[in-house]
Amino acid sequence: MTRSFLAWITGSAITTFARLITAVRAIWDGSEPVPMQRVYFANHTSNGDFILIWTVLPPTLRAQTRPVAGADYWLTSPLRSFIGRDVFKAVLIDRNAQDRTQDPMNLILEGLDTGASLIIFPEGTRNTTGKPLLPFKSGLYNISDARPEVDLVPVWIDNLNDVMPKGKLVPIPLLCTVTFGAPMRAEPGEARKDFLKRAEAALLALAPAGDATEEAPA
Amino acid sequence: MTETHADFLTLLAGILCVLIVASGIGYVLKQRVAPDGTNATIENLNARILAWWGMTAFLAVAFLAGRGGVIALFAFTSFAALREFVTLTTRRASDHWAIATAFFVILPAQYLLIWYEWYGMWSLLIPVYAFLILPIIAVLQGDSRNFLVRISQMQWALMICVFCASHVPALLFLDIPGFEARNVLLIAFLIVVVQLSDVLQYTWGKLFGRHPVAPSLSPSKTWEGLVGGVASATLIGTALFWITPFTPLQAAGMSLVITLAGFFGGLVMSAIKRDRGVKDWGHMIAGHGGFIDRLDSVVFSAPLFFHLTRYYWSLT
Repeated sequence: MTRSFLAWITGSAITTFARLITAVRAIWDGSEPVPMQRVYFANHTSNGDFILIWTVLPPTLRAQTRPVAGADYWLTSPLRSFIGRDVFKAVLIDRNAQDRTQDPMNLILEGLDTGASLIIFPEGTRNTTGKPLLPFKSGLYNISDARPEVDLVPVWIDNLNDVMPKGKLVPIPLLCTVTFGAPMRAEPGEARKDFLKRAEAALLALAPAGDATEEAPA
Repeated sequence: MTETHADFLTLLAGILCVLIVASGIGYVLKQRVAPDGTNATIENLNARILAWWGMTAFLAVAFLAGRGGVIALFAFTSFAALREFVTLTTRRASDHWAIATAFFVILPAQYLLIWYEWYGMWSLLIPVYAFLILPIIAVLQGDSRNFLVRISQMQWALMICVFCASHVPALLFLDIPGFEARNVLLIAFLIVVVQLSDVLQYTWGKLFGRHPVAPSLSPSKTWEGLVGGVASATLIGTALFWITPFTPLQAAGMSLVITLAGFFGGLVMSAIKRDRGVKDWGHMIAGHGGFIDRLDSVVFSAPLFFHLTRYYWSLT
C-alpha cells in the first residue's frame, strides 16, 4: 500500500518534471487515445523517451502501458529498481545474450498476455548517429507474428535528443511533441524484412518536416 | 492596503464583466455560425477569451500573494517564453551549457535581483554580463560553426523573454509619493490597456480592415484596426486614470505609448515567426499558440512604461 502510494507520487513527480522541461504535447495523427491493447513503437534518442510517451498518455491508458527496458540499466540500484519496477512497471529484459536465463521475447509476450500495452524501441539501442532512424531489429515483427490481433502504433518523439543529449547531466528546456500514427499489423504471409521496412517508413513519416533543430539554416 | 484592495476589486469586477460578456458573445457566435468549430476566426476569438480568463485568474492570485507571487508568476512566464523561443533558434549540441546557464542561472538571478531591489544590477545583468558570459561559455566548446548566429539568437531570446518581461514585476518596486502600496495597479493598468489594445485592433480590423499595414509580415494587421484599436484602447486607458498616479491626460499619453509599442512588438514577433516558418510560438493550449503569442505586446511595452514612470514619477 505504502509502496504503491510512493510509486504514484514518484510517477506524478516524473511527469510534472517532464512537462516543465518539455511542455510535451501529444498529436494523435491516425490513432486515438482509446483503451485498446497496443504496442507503441518509437524512435530512441534519449533515456527520457518512454517517459515522454508515458506522460502524454491519458492516466487510464498510462496505468495499462508498460515500457520494455533493459534490466542491466534498471536493476543496478535500489532507486532505479523502484522506479523501473514500481513506477513504470517496466517489462525488464536482459540484453546480454550470453548469460541470460530468460528469452526477452517470452517476457514481452507474457507482458502482452496480461492485457497490458507496451512501449518498445525497435532500433534496439539509442540512436546517436545523426541519422533519423536506425534499421529495426526483428523484435517488432516477432511480436506481431506471435500476437497478430494486437495493433502496433508508430510514435515519433521530436526534439528530446536536444533536451538531454547523451552524456549531459542538465536538461535544457525545449518544446517537444509526441506524434502517434495509424495502427498497423503484420499482414498474413508478409516477409519479416518487408514488414520491418514498412514499419520504419510509417514511423519516419511522422517526423515533422524541416524542424528547427540543430542544423537549421542561418 | 484597503484602498488598493478596493480599487483592484473594482477593476477586477469590471474585467470579469467584460470577460463574461465576451465569453457569451463567443459562445453565441459559435452556436450560430459554426457549432462544429470549423470557423477559424471564431475559434481564435474563443481561444483568446479563454487565455484572458487564465491571465486574469493568475494575476488576481499573484496579487493576493503579494510581491513574491507576482515575481514568481513572471519568472515562470519568462521560463515558458524562453523555452518557446530557444526551441526555434539555431543551436548546436555545443550550446548546451550556454543555454542551460541562460535558463538556470541568468533567469533566476534576474528575478532575485528585482526582488532585492538592486536596480543597477538587474538592469545590467542581461545586456552586459550575460552578453559577455554566454559567448565565453559557448566558445570554450570549440565549435565555431554559425557562431555569431547562435550567440546572437540566444542573447535576443534572453532580452525579450527575460529582460523585457521582468520590467513588469519591477513596477512593484517604484517609489511613487502618494501611491504607496498601490504599485500592483500599475501592472494591472499596463496589462489591461495593452491586452485590450490587442483585441480592439483585432476587432476593428475584422470589422473595417481594408488596408494592410505590413502585408508581407502580417496580413491580419490593418490601418483601420491599428487606428481604431489604439484610439479606443487609449480612451479606455484614460478612463482608468483613477487606478494610476497619472492625471487623465498623462494616462492618455501613457496608453498611447504602450499600445503603439505593443503593436510594433506584435509586428516584430510576427516577422520572427515568418522567418522560422511557424504559425505560433508554442502550444500552451493545444493548437492555440504559446505564451509569446499572447504576451509579445506586453513584453515590448513594459520597459518603456517602466522607465517613463520611473523617470517622471518615482523617487528611486
